[in-house]
Amino acid sequence: MEKLLEEFSLGLFVWQSLLFIGLLLLLRKFAWTPILDSINERESSIKDALSSAEKAKEEMQAVQADNKRILQEARAEKEALLAEAKKTASEMINQAKEGAQSEADKIMQQAQEAIQAEKEAALKDLKTQVADLSLDIAQKVLQDELADEKKQTALVAKLLKESKL
Amino acid sequence: MGIAAKRLHLHRILDEMKNAQLGLYSRAIAVALSLLFTTPSLFANNSKETDSSTTDGISKKEEIKAYIRHHLEDAYDFSLFSYTSEDGTHHYIGAPLPIILWDEGLQIFSSSKFHHGETVAKVDGKYYALYHNKIYRTDAEGTIVYDADHHPTNVKPLDFSITKGVMSMLIICLLMFFLFRSLAKSYAENGGLPAGVGRFFEPIVLYVRDDIARPNIGEKHYQKYMSFLLTVFFFIWFLNMFGLTPLGINVTGNIAVTSGLALLTFLITNLTGTKDYWLHIFDPLGSSMPWIAKIFLYIILIPIEVLGIFIKPFSLLIRLYANMQAGHIVLMSLIGLMFIFKSWIGSSLSFGLAFAISLIEVLVALLQAYIFTMLSALYFGFASEEHEH
Repeated sequence: MEKLLEEFSLGLFVWQSLLFIGLLLLLRKFAWTPILDSINERESSIKDALSSAEKAKEEMQAVQADNKRILQEARAEKEALLAEAKKTASEMINQAKEGAQSEADKIMQQAQEAIQAEKEAALKDLKTQVADLSLDIAQKVLQDELADEKKQTALVAKLLKESKL
Repeated sequence: MGIAAKRLHLHRILDEMKNAQLGLYSRAIAVALSLLFTTPSLFANNSKETDSSTTDGISKKEEIKAYIRHHLEDAYDFSLFSYTSEDGTHHYIGAPLPIILWDEGLQIFSSSKFHHGETVAKVDGKYYALYHNKIYRTDAEGTIVYDADHHPTNVKPLDFSITKGVMSMLIICLLMFFLFRSLAKSYAENGGLPAGVGRFFEPIVLYVRDDIARPNIGEKHYQKYMSFLLTVFFFIWFLNMFGLTPLGINVTGNIAVTSGLALLTFLITNLTGTKDYWLHIFDPLGSSMPWIAKIFLYIILIPIEVLGIFIKPFSLLIRLYANMQAGHIVLMSLIGLMFIFKSWIGSSLSFGLAFAISLIEVLVALLQAYIFTMLSALYFGFASEEHEH
C-alpha cells in the first residue's frame, strides 16, 4: 500500500484527468454524438424500409385479394345474368308454346265444331233427301202395287204381320 | 557521490536493455534462424561463455530488476533508446519533455537540464535534482538529506511536468480525436456508411452500445453514459496497446492514471444516482420488515453498502493497474532472462515465452478495456435503476 501511494503521482493524475475530460467532451461533441446519431438514423431508416416493404407487400396482397373478389363477383354476376336469361328464354318459350297450344286447341275446337255443324247439316240434308227419295220410291212402289187388288191385300197382311201390335 | 556512480551504472544497463527491447524482433529472427543451422559445438562454446559470466550473474539480476522498475515508472523524457560509444559517453536518442513545477511560483524548464538524472538543474537560482524518479529541491551539489527511515527530507515541489505518460496520453488523445472525428465525418460524406478505418471501429462502437451499455444500463438511460463508456473503452484499449509497442510506455499500469479513470466512474455513478439508487444503499430492505427489526440489521448493512460505493471504483482502478503492471513485469522479466541465460537454448526459450506472453498481452489489453467499461456500465446501471423494492 505504501508503495502504491509512493507511486501515485499527483501531476500525472491531474494531467490524466484534464486530458481525459477534455477528450471526453471533445469526442462527445465531435465524434460520439454524430456517430451514434448516424447509426441510429441508419438503423431507423433500415427499420422504416423494412416496415414499408412489409406494408407494400400487405397492400399488394390486399390488391390481389380485391382483384380476386372483383373477379369472383363479376363471374357470379355473369352466371346470375346467364341464369336469368335462360330462365326468361325458357319462360318465353313456354309462354309461346302455351299460347300456340291454346290457339291450336281453339282452332281445332272451332274446326271440330265447324265439322260437326257441317256433318249435322249434311246429315240433315241427307235425311231429308233420303226421306224424299224414300217417299218417292214408296209412292212409286205403292202406285205400282196398288194397281192390283190381290197384291194390296197381301201387302197389308204382310205389313200387319211385321208391325206386331 | 555514490548515487551518481550508481545512476551511471544503471543507465548503462538501461541502454543495453532498451536496445535489446527495440531489437527484440530482429534478434528473435536471428535467434530462430541460427537455431535452425547451429551445431552442438556452438552450444558448447556458449555455455563456456556463460560460465565466465556467472560471477556478475547476481548483479545482472539486480540490474534487470532495476531496469524493470525503471520501465514501470513514469519518466521525465521520452527516450527511444540509448547507447554507450567507444569513449564511454552515453548517447540518448529521444526527446526531452517540459518540466512544470510549482515551487513558490511556476517553474518551467526542459528535462534536458537534468541530463537524464545525472546533473542538478539550476532554474531561477533554485536547484532541482532527480532522486528515485522524483524531483526534489536541492543545493548546487544535489545533496539529498535523509530522515531516520531513509526518506528524503528535501522540499518536494508540486510537479505538473509533461512526463512520458502525459505525452503518451496526449498522443493517444490526438489519435483518438482524429480517428473518431474522421469516422463521424465519413458518415456525412458517405451517405450514412462508415468509410476507411472507421469500418473497423464502427462495429466496436456498436458492440459497446449494444452489448455493454444497453443490457447493463437499460434502454431508457444508456444514452447519457455512452460518451464516457466509449471514450474510456478506446482510451484504455489504445493506451494498453501503446504500452505493448517497443516504445516501452506503461501508462495504464500507472496507479495515478487508473485512479483518474476510476474516480470519473465513481463521480458519474454517484452524481447520476437516482432516488432508488440511494434508497438501495440506505434502505436496502425497504418495507419488507418493520422498522424496529431493520435498525439492528442496518447497523451492519448500511456501512457495508456505503463502503461498497467506494470499493466498486477502487476495484476498477486496482484491477486495471495490477493487470497492466503485471503484464509488463512478466514481459520485461522474460526479456531480461535472455540476458541472464546468455545461451542459445535459454535465451531463445525465454524469447519464445516472451513472444507468447506478448500475444496474450494483446488479448489482455482488449480484455481489460472491456472489463473496465463493462463494470462502469454495470455501476451506471445500478445508479440509474428504477424499480420497486
